[in-house]
Amino acid sequence: MSSGNSVSPSFEKVQASLARRYARERRFRAMGLGAILLGLSFVAILFITIIGNGYTAFWQTYIRLPVYLDPQVIDPQGTRDPEVIRQASFRKLVRQPLREMFREVKGRRDKRLLYKLLSDDAPHEVQQRVIDDPSLIGRKVELWLLADDEVDMLVKGHIPRETLLEGRKAKLVGWVDRLQAEGRIEKRFNVPFFTRGDSREPEQAGIAGAAAGSFYTLLVTLLLSFPIGVAAAIYLEEFAPKNRLTDLIEVNINNLAAVPSIVFGLLGLAVFINWFGLPRSAPLVGGLVLTLMTLPTIIIAGRAALKSVPPSIREAALGIGASHMQTVTHHVLPLALPGMLTGAIIGMAQALGETAPLLMIGMVAFIVDIPQGPLDPATVLPVQIYLWADSPERAFVERTSAAIMVLLAFLIAMNALAIVLRRRFERRW
Amino acid sequence: MLPAEETGENGMQNSVILIVLLLLTALGYHLGRRRALHSVGGTQAIRHLHSLPSYYGLYVVLWAVIPALLVMLLWGLVQDTVLNELIISTLPPEMQSLPPERLGLLINDIHNLAVGNITSEAPSPAIKAAADHLRSLQAVADLARAVVVLAIATAGALFAWRAISPTMRARNRVESILKGLMVASAMVAILTTIGIVLSVLFESLRFFQKVPVTDFLFGLEWSPQIAIRSDQVGASGAFGAIPLLAGTLLISFIALVVAVPIGLMSAIYLAEYASPRLRAWAKPILEVLAGIPTVVYGFFAALTVAPFIRNLGESVGLDVSSESALAAGLVMGIMIIPFVSSLSDDVINAVPQSLRDASYGLGATQSETIRQVILPAALPGIMGGVLLAASRAIGETMIVVMAAGLSANLTINPLEAVTTVTVQIVTLLVGDQEFDSAKTLAAFALGLLLFLITLSLNIVALRIVRRYREQYE
Repeated sequence: MSSGNSVSPSFEKVQASLARRYARERRFRAMGLGAILLGLSFVAILFITIIGNGYTAFWQTYIRLPVYLDPQVIDPQGTRDPEVIRQASFRKLVRQPLREMFREVKGRRDKRLLYKLLSDDAPHEVQQRVIDDPSLIGRKVELWLLADDEVDMLVKGHIPRETLLEGRKAKLVGWVDRLQAEGRIEKRFNVPFFTRGDSREPEQAGIAGAAAGSFYTLLVTLLLSFPIGVAAAIYLEEFAPKNRLTDLIEVNINNLAAVPSIVFGLLGLAVFINWFGLPRSAPLVGGLVLTLMTLPTIIIAGRAALKSVPPSIREAALGIGASHMQTVTHHVLPLALPGMLTGAIIGMAQALGETAPLLMIGMVAFIVDIPQGPLDPATVLPVQIYLWADSPERAFVERTSAAIMVLLAFLIAMNALAIVLRRRFERRW
Repeated sequence: MLPAEETGENGMQNSVILIVLLLLTALGYHLGRRRALHSVGGTQAIRHLHSLPSYYGLYVVLWAVIPALLVMLLWGLVQDTVLNELIISTLPPEMQSLPPERLGLLINDIHNLAVGNITSEAPSPAIKAAADHLRSLQAVADLARAVVVLAIATAGALFAWRAISPTMRARNRVESILKGLMVASAMVAILTTIGIVLSVLFESLRFFQKVPVTDFLFGLEWSPQIAIRSDQVGASGAFGAIPLLAGTLLISFIALVVAVPIGLMSAIYLAEYASPRLRAWAKPILEVLAGIPTVVYGFFAALTVAPFIRNLGESVGLDVSSESALAAGLVMGIMIIPFVSSLSDDVINAVPQSLRDASYGLGATQSETIRQVILPAALPGIMGGVLLAASRAIGETMIVVMAAGLSANLTINPLEAVTTVTVQIVTLLVGDQEFDSAKTLAAFALGLLLFLITLSLNIVALRIVRRYREQYE
């Protein structure tokens, strides 16, 4: 037996390996932290890219021009009748000030390029102004007119001047510079983006049509999926006997929650459109498809909410003579409702961001008009984003990002609402 | 597509019917309640009633609403078909004998004319007459529908109202109707599955009549062009799904290579190392990634990541396609990080503390405990999570539609463009389509394939997760 101060060989071995083991521990920890930072930086990059690309779209370039509202062109008889004004051609009136300002521009091609400073929509804008206020006729007014998307991109610096200077539109740069020097170019808040439907011209394209389509689609989804989901959740949690049918339903719900969304689109196309003969591109069909998609989410959340109501509530109600159904509808359901609402809002947020199944049922059509009801052809916000993302014009990149920002704002608002609801009404028993 | 005027009128008529129905039910509730009270001679003798008076009112309401709404729904589904049949039977015989697709166009013209829209050709007198006829038929049908629906509602209410007596078990009846509605709601889940299987299977079977199953499953070439003329170049399309599956697996594999390490490591860090404050912040922010719509990821992939990878590749002298599988897979990986991390987090937290304590007691460091005790114990659950993430990646559509290619390359080079099952479904079905061409039907066959693959992955994953959970409970 050796004395106590001699160290056992295994202790030495452990001591010797400690430095290495601690280094490995530190490395492992750093890897974990790195993974989290990487994940967080992905979120940051995503948001920075989208916002960086899109925030400029909320301002749009306008050109101030002195437009002479010639009574000879607009209303030769002096009737001031809106119908007469609607018939008049305002294009010339809008082009006149450009011609006067840039007298040196000669030749058809150059002139056509000159007129390209303004959006195609500028004449309609002036027309609307005159219809609203006929007293303007015969006067020379300084009007802010919508600029073409290329001018807009140039002013915002999204198209480098050099690329444009090399191309056949080189003269445009000089003209824009001159207008800018004269203080005739200004970026103003982009109202049309929020009030108009889709357009092939980027400067005239807005999200109002898609937003209305999303609204009707979600309305149909909510009206169908919430009652059905709540009823199904109540049945499965409170009434369903333990048998094979119940098991089958449960397995089905769990599997449906993981079926790819595009398969729901195929179902919608085959059943709702080809079999039932419902109209293509209609928010009604979109809502039906999204209802089937969000049902599992709502049912699963509803069941969790019902499960969290303590059995003592049920026993108390049953004990004073309430029927099973009365117990559920009068006592359990009101207590579970906030949780169910939270689930429904989260399901709606999913439905709002869904694109693929709606492509299948024809909600990708190019639709200018703002839909007025769930049967009008419509598109939805995410599909509008998809359509714009496919467009080649540079100005659509900006609009796509801006539309994404609007969509994300809605999603964040919905999720925040769900969190607030949960915080305020959820009771811990 | 229905013309706007028609849908507008229809919508208005529907809302009028619904409003009248609502008034009827309010009236029915009130009358039912009153009759019940009267039948026992007022509130003082209410104990002679079997149920509370409101149940008698509700009983009347349910009888008024449910049959009426069912009839209204059925009518809406059938009306157009019946009207078309009626119109066709009034057309001159030479028009009736037209082939079905020409007849469909004709009917379309008649519908357009009836609501005052422009038609594809100048209308002949027969068509004009048919359109007038259709308009009058529609007016009659709409009126008839309103009358029938409201009559059924009234009849139902009246029937229930007359049945009211003090001994009627109104509460039990109302409750069993409500329960029936709940069962019906729960059955929607089964119906959806059946609907998916049948719709996809049915069209797929039609596809397999044109293209043999073996060609579809084992064919190495995918080019779904069907010639318009028989003598055209490349007249026969090739429908081999292997290149699509290979592309799908390649992109999903890249996504998992990105998502699994990042997701797993962040779950480990959050569960074992992170302070409660970091956890409270980092977990919801990571989960934001799961809430972002896929179309946003698609845009991000196509606009930012793909050019970035291409430039990076060029700077080291590699030839990278602008629709490379790498870009789509990378972004898809970012998308599924939260699936992996939150599921792994759950299973790591479910490992009993006693295992950790035992390991620390033997002198293991924290990372050794994690690697040699916790991970092996949590492995089945983590595998389940990874499988779920894989099925999500395989079924993901928008990212690949926007960032992956269209041409079917059979390659494992992640720098080249590949296409996936979902991309092909979208390209085959977006836009105008005829429902009997092999091209359209191929999309349904691909849908069936996709459904089966994801279904089996899900079943396996759920089973693994469930079995593992039971172990520690």
